[in-house]
Amino acid sequence: MNARLRWRKFVSNFMLAMTGVCALVSVGVLFTILGYLLFNGGTSINWDFFTKLPKPVGETGGGMANAIVGSAKLLLAASLLGVPIGFFGGIYLAEFSGSVTASIVRYAADLLNGVPSIVIGIFAYSIVVLPFKHFSTIAGAFALGIMMIPITLRNTEEFLKSVPRNLREGAMALGASKSKTIVSVVVPAAYRGILTAILLALARVAGETAPLLFTALGNSYWSNGWTQPTASLPVMIFNYAVSPYEDWHRQAWAAGLVLLGLILIINIVARTILSRGIAVPRS
Amino acid sequence: MATSSTTVKGASPSSDSRSFLSRLASGDEIARLITFLFAATVVLITVMLVWQLWTNSALPRHKFGLRFLFTEVWDPIADEYGALPFMYGTLVTSVVALIIAMPLGIGAAIFLAELAPPRLSDTLEFFIDLLAAVPSVIYGLLGFLVVVPLMRTVIYPALNKSFGFLPIFKGPSYGVGFLTAGIVLAMMVIPYIISVSREVLLSVPRDQREAALALGSTRWESTWKVVVPFAKTGIFGSIFLALARALGETMAVTMVIGNTPKIAASLFSSGYSIAAVIANEFTEATGDLYLQSLIELGLVLFLMTFILNGLARLLIIVTTKRGSGMSNV
Repeated sequence: MNARLRWRKFVSNFMLAMTGVCALVSVGVLFTILGYLLFNGGTSINWDFFTKLPKPVGETGGGMANAIVGSAKLLLAASLLGVPIGFFGGIYLAEFSGSVTASIVRYAADLLNGVPSIVIGIFAYSIVVLPFKHFSTIAGAFALGIMMIPITLRNTEEFLKSVPRNLREGAMALGASKSKTIVSVVVPAAYRGILTAILLALARVAGETAPLLFTALGNSYWSNGWTQPTASLPVMIFNYAVSPYEDWHRQAWAAGLVLLGLILIINIVARTILSRGIAVPRS
Repeated sequence: MATSSTTVKGASPSSDSRSFLSRLASGDEIARLITFLFAATVVLITVMLVWQLWTNSALPRHKFGLRFLFTEVWDPIADEYGALPFMYGTLVTSVVALIIAMPLGIGAAIFLAELAPPRLSDTLEFFIDLLAAVPSVIYGLLGFLVVVPLMRTVIYPALNKSFGFLPIFKGPSYGVGFLTAGIVLAMMVIPYIISVSREVLLSVPRDQREAALALGSTRWESTWKVVVPFAKTGIFGSIFLALARALGETMAVTMVIGNTPKIAASLFSSGYSIAAVIANEFTEATGDLYLQSLIELGLVLFLMTFILNGLARLLIIVTTKRGSGMSNV
């Protein structure tokens, strides 16, 4: 073996080893994040965190019960806006549309998907906050709901399209109308994929902070109804982390652990159990 | 009764409208109409978004014109606004992020696509997908409470000591600044680069690798000189995608960039980004011109990401099409 070949072999092995290191570092970031959150958040999480309101500055203790409920309300209302539009729009794209209308809708959805979340916040502010003249749960949910639309829409379309043709033809041959076929054959065949996509969309907007900053704003107390500002976990994490108080940092870690735990659980459930055997969407 | 008989009479001459009626009766036409309305909503929302950004930034657009993009002043008291320091901060942090994330991301993608056995590759990809799901405020939390102190006490002094002669590593360091923001952003965009690049690399036809190996190239040479160039456009696409994400990223940057609107050559210097200034000042903006200037910043950000996303999608489509087209031959 001459020197040149030995050198080439060495370069080959070295570079391939380096790609392994790259992969290790990238995955390592995930475990570093998890480690810090478990270590710092795990020690400061307690029952009060889930049941008490935040304490004023200077008093230790208290919890984020209002932020947890606030996040749940925001997500519920966001789903009520985002899921129907995405789902039925997806059915239209996959089943009814002509090629021109389909490409316009698809283009709009892709555009919407790429809009930075803070810009979505500005949009929600000018559509919902300005006319009603105050920050509200509804405004925050509107922003999050808009972010859910493109993910739900494109994935619904993909999964409906992947339903085999002979299933549809079988239903048609039995005399079912097109709408009957869609409702009783196509959608049931694709529902696991669609549900996965909806869950992933929910997990994604659950951690969104930027669009809530000037729509749902924040609240140190319970938010009554839907037209008042509300606290939410991501905004609480932001406000508490940048504060100068040690006790608030502790709470921010705890909130971070709860939020990330929730998001990762949804992701793992959606990606492994629910979507066994189907290609998981990525967005 | 009377109305139904007239519709039938009016419809009977043409077979086309009769089939329309039968479709109406079976619900197809109604289903079509309802789903169409939902799909049209998506287009409507997108159009409204652009329209709102445009009309709600009319004041500064008329007052400053294009000067808005090239003015360094951001003075709410004198009511003078310019976007330059924010655009600078957004670009610098994103470029730093890409310089770090590109080699790491592409390296990891090569490992996943070329080297790792399928089981391992899928497991790692699963973790990468989870990493992509971590919300930005969590990166911000870690960035602010862990990375910033680390930068202040260890990394900045070390860089300053060994590379202090370079203007980009000069000056005092407080831990926050362009470099810190770039590093946190890099961690955030790596998953996007890996996922897309891996897919593009996997779509390179097998014959390409085998041909290179048969010609006597080593494993790395076949990867680096044949497979990667084949997938080049798609990898560029993944990088553009990551860049668009980095440009629009708000929380993580807001928490670690220092939030001072200035342009400085040193990466140690604190700065500001477009998304960060909107996040910080939107609720406290008094006066229409101030608020609308922030909205115009949003418009600028929207246009930047819009162009990048378009380019990215184009590149990815071109490569994957070429790859799958070739493998069919």
